[in-house]
Amino acid sequence: MSIQFKTIRELREMLDEKAISSEELTNETHKLAEDLKELNCFVTMNKDASIEKAKLIDQADKTDSVLSGIPLAQKDLFCTEGLRTTCSSKILSNFIPPYTATAVMKLENAGSITIGKTNMDEFAMGSSNETSYFGNVHNPWKKGYVPGGSSGGSAAAVAAGIVPAATGTDTGGSIRQPAAHCGITGIKPTYGRVSRWGMIAFASSLDQAGPLARSAEDCAILLNEMSGHDSKDTTSLDIESTDLLNSINQPIKGLKIGIVKEFSLGDLDSEVQNRFEDSKKLYETLGAEFVEISLPNISASVPTYYSIAPAECSSNLSRFDGVRFGYRAENTGDLNDLYIKSRSEGFGDEVKRRILIGTYALSAGYYDAYYKKAQQVRRLIKNDFALAFESIDLIMTPTSPGTAFAFGSKGTQNPIELYLEDLFTISSNLAGLPAISIPHGNVNSMPAGLQLIGNFLREDQILNAAHIFQQNSAFHLDKPSMEEF
Amino acid sequence: MAWETVIGIETHVQLSTKTKLFSRASTEFGKSPNTNVNLIDCGLPGVLPSVNKEAFYKAIRFGLAVGAKINQTSIFDRKNYFYADLPKGYQITQMDLPIVLGGTIDIETEEGIKTVNITRAHLEEDAGKSIHDQFDGYSAIDLNRAGTPLLEIVSEPEISNAKEAVAYMKAMHQLVTYLDVSDGNMSQGSLRCDANVSVRKVGDPELGTRTEIKNINSFRFVEKAINFEVKRQIKQLENGETVTQETRLYDSVKDETRPMRSKEFANDYRYFPEPDLLPVVISDKEMQDIKDSFPELAKEKEKRFAKDFGLSEYDAQILASSKIMADFFEQSSKETKNYGLLANWLIGEIGAFLNKDAIEINQSKLTPANLAMLINRIDDQTISGKIGKSIFEEMYASGSSPDEIIESQGLKQISDDGAIEEIISTVIQENPSQVEAYLGGKEKLFGFFVGQVMKLTEGKANPNAVNAILKEKLK
Repeated sequence: MSIQFKTIRELREMLDEKAISSEELTNETHKLAEDLKELNCFVTMNKDASIEKAKLIDQADKTDSVLSGIPLAQKDLFCTEGLRTTCSSKILSNFIPPYTATAVMKLENAGSITIGKTNMDEFAMGSSNETSYFGNVHNPWKKGYVPGGSSGGSAAAVAAGIVPAATGTDTGGSIRQPAAHCGITGIKPTYGRVSRWGMIAFASSLDQAGPLARSAEDCAILLNEMSGHDSKDTTSLDIESTDLLNSINQPIKGLKIGIVKEFSLGDLDSEVQNRFEDSKKLYETLGAEFVEISLPNISASVPTYYSIAPAECSSNLSRFDGVRFGYRAENTGDLNDLYIKSRSEGFGDEVKRRILIGTYALSAGYYDAYYKKAQQVRRLIKNDFALAFESIDLIMTPTSPGTAFAFGSKGTQNPIELYLEDLFTISSNLAGLPAISIPHGNVNSMPAGLQLIGNFLREDQILNAAHIFQQNSAFHLDKPSMEEF
Repeated sequence: MAWETVIGIETHVQLSTKTKLFSRASTEFGKSPNTNVNLIDCGLPGVLPSVNKEAFYKAIRFGLAVGAKINQTSIFDRKNYFYADLPKGYQITQMDLPIVLGGTIDIETEEGIKTVNITRAHLEEDAGKSIHDQFDGYSAIDLNRAGTPLLEIVSEPEISNAKEAVAYMKAMHQLVTYLDVSDGNMSQGSLRCDANVSVRKVGDPELGTRTEIKNINSFRFVEKAINFEVKRQIKQLENGETVTQETRLYDSVKDETRPMRSKEFANDYRYFPEPDLLPVVISDKEMQDIKDSFPELAKEKEKRFAKDFGLSEYDAQILASSKIMADFFEQSSKETKNYGLLANWLIGEIGAFLNKDAIEINQSKLTPANLAMLINRIDDQTISGKIGKSIFEEMYASGSSPDEIIESQGLKQISDDGAIEEIISTVIQENPSQVEAYLGGKEKLFGFFVGQVMKLTEGKANPNAVNAILKEKLK
């Protein structure tokens, strides 16, 4: 029985009915990953340990958790004890952490099985997975096309049906944009819902972990487990946990959905517009109401983001210095030489570019003009959202201005071109709001994503709206043919 | 031409918390290199700091003691620079919103009490230690100290000379030890300072160009370093040269200051708010708890010592000037009644020994119980004061109790009149010519007879008894 393209729900049934054992499922998953090696969605496999764990789960025969015995893939920026964690960077290509990230730990404690670590843009910096030290990831829908990024390996592994779900992280769209480009569902939670302990930081005030899966329901299952206050992360929110599965499948009659006036969708590809209009109509037939809203400062999102995120990254990445762990250059002279050579050889171009931008934005004489100003604008953007959410329940936008593109076709001459991929996703990171991307049909035979942004801590509302959409459409059930692989 | 000196001091006080500022690793001094280190302290990827509130309580206690404003909401910032003993590539410190703002410290100068204003005091983590001279061709890094909480206390530039700077540091030392904010151990680096020194012509309203002498860790060096630096600056200015604003190091061996390599201070630290930590908020209840548990300070202790133990003002002041000494006195006082004798011993004999070895009493082998026992043996005339001193030397060297020493060396004082009479008779018989001379009016010879008795008894005869019996016998 093939396990490819199965959802968590479906695998759960197979396991419960003993149609397959967890060990068989894990072996099949590894076989599938091996057969589809060309996708390059994994950096490191966790073969022996995952099979060992599957055996233990079969022996225990406990099915109290929906995730028990379910194989998952983890983005390679979550530290995993004893399992290499590279952030797809040369500088961490030999790093084996002595501890496990809280989000992964929670999923593993719920019985899930980590089958491997997924490819990504180096240190999560990129929107196409092309900055990885371990090479490009193919979009399962079309060979030679990007899966999006930075969680490109996770999105491709789920879209290719190798695993039912995977973890990702989202600093400016890194879960939602690859989910959109690969035709799957991905949610970035409210900042602070999931602990950042053990997640290798890109931009601390923006980073948030979340799941990518084949449905909103499966996303809810994973997010339920990943969420919760962690005393090791003081920025994680100390709130009572709610069962997100309980809050989906609610009627959406009267749901007020905001359409952002300032996102001039008329400038986008007409097919992107058509998909958006189709989805709007579907929601209308389900009883939702659309309201035009204004986010006056939203046009400043991209420059604001590209001041704050690189600034934080320039500091967060200082610890990769070749002294205590990771790559160290050979034949170095004094300490400065060790730093310069290790970092020059260890980091890729995009990471270096952002470290330079960030160092500049924080330097004496420029701090007020860039970093401080950006924080002030960020506050304005946050306020814009807060005001808008007084009269609406959620906001709907396309996830991305376009669909997946061919390797090397964007950003090679002008990095800004790629930065605009995040136009619709960045603002929810700046405001700390939850947002989900769901597939809503193809544009020029590649999947396109619909984004729903929720109010602070209202994952229940966007998951519900996404679930209802998926109950009344079949876009999320589309599968790539995989004939090229 | 008359010059005046302007000094501002940044004091780094290592807070005596059990664990580090942002991790639960121990802060204990003297452990094997890199053993008091956890994931956070070595800056592994993905780890996050969490705040040790105890450090805040201590900082607040300091702030309250100097009459400062306490920012009940304070934030941390990152100070970015690369160094091998700085694991994260940045130090977490407080820039815009420090925990303590303002306040004053009174210092004792030759002209009387002077009040020095405090600008601010903020919390920050210490770096690790680089060792450059132990491994040929390599530098070694010890991260035990990395993440240890420091309170950096910045004074206004109101200190006028090296002696005042020492007085300021002594006042600071007394305060932080009394507040139990720090162990104040300067040789272990728990209290160290940077001195900002400049000179100007008397009456000049403008401050001169300053230099910063880094990392001075003893009162003596504070005085010597500043004196050297002041002389150097004046000489330069009088030669028509200018003072360069720079960071300098004091070399105690050569007794001079010299510039640090420019690379070490020409940094743009790129401060920005630490995104991994939320603002730290101290509640009104926490503030009240700190106020309610405020420790007794030196002045109060001094008054209480004079009143409760009947000590002279002078003795009370000397004992109370050091928290460690005062605590030792108070613990010893629980097991003896002769407080005056106890105070005398601590201030005199014991003080001299400690000074000679440049240690604090809690670093010596003495215990309060043993000292009290010694005082009791002198008080009940088991031993003489003179024998007491030699017993003390033994106690100080070995840590033995006085009773053990008295017993093993047979030092018990002879107070039995019969035994003393017998010895005195022998002395009189053996020294007829001296007896004749004494009786003939040469009264100074009395000391000779006492000496002879002490010689025969190896100093153990009770001197009062010897005097009385001798006087009687030599009539």
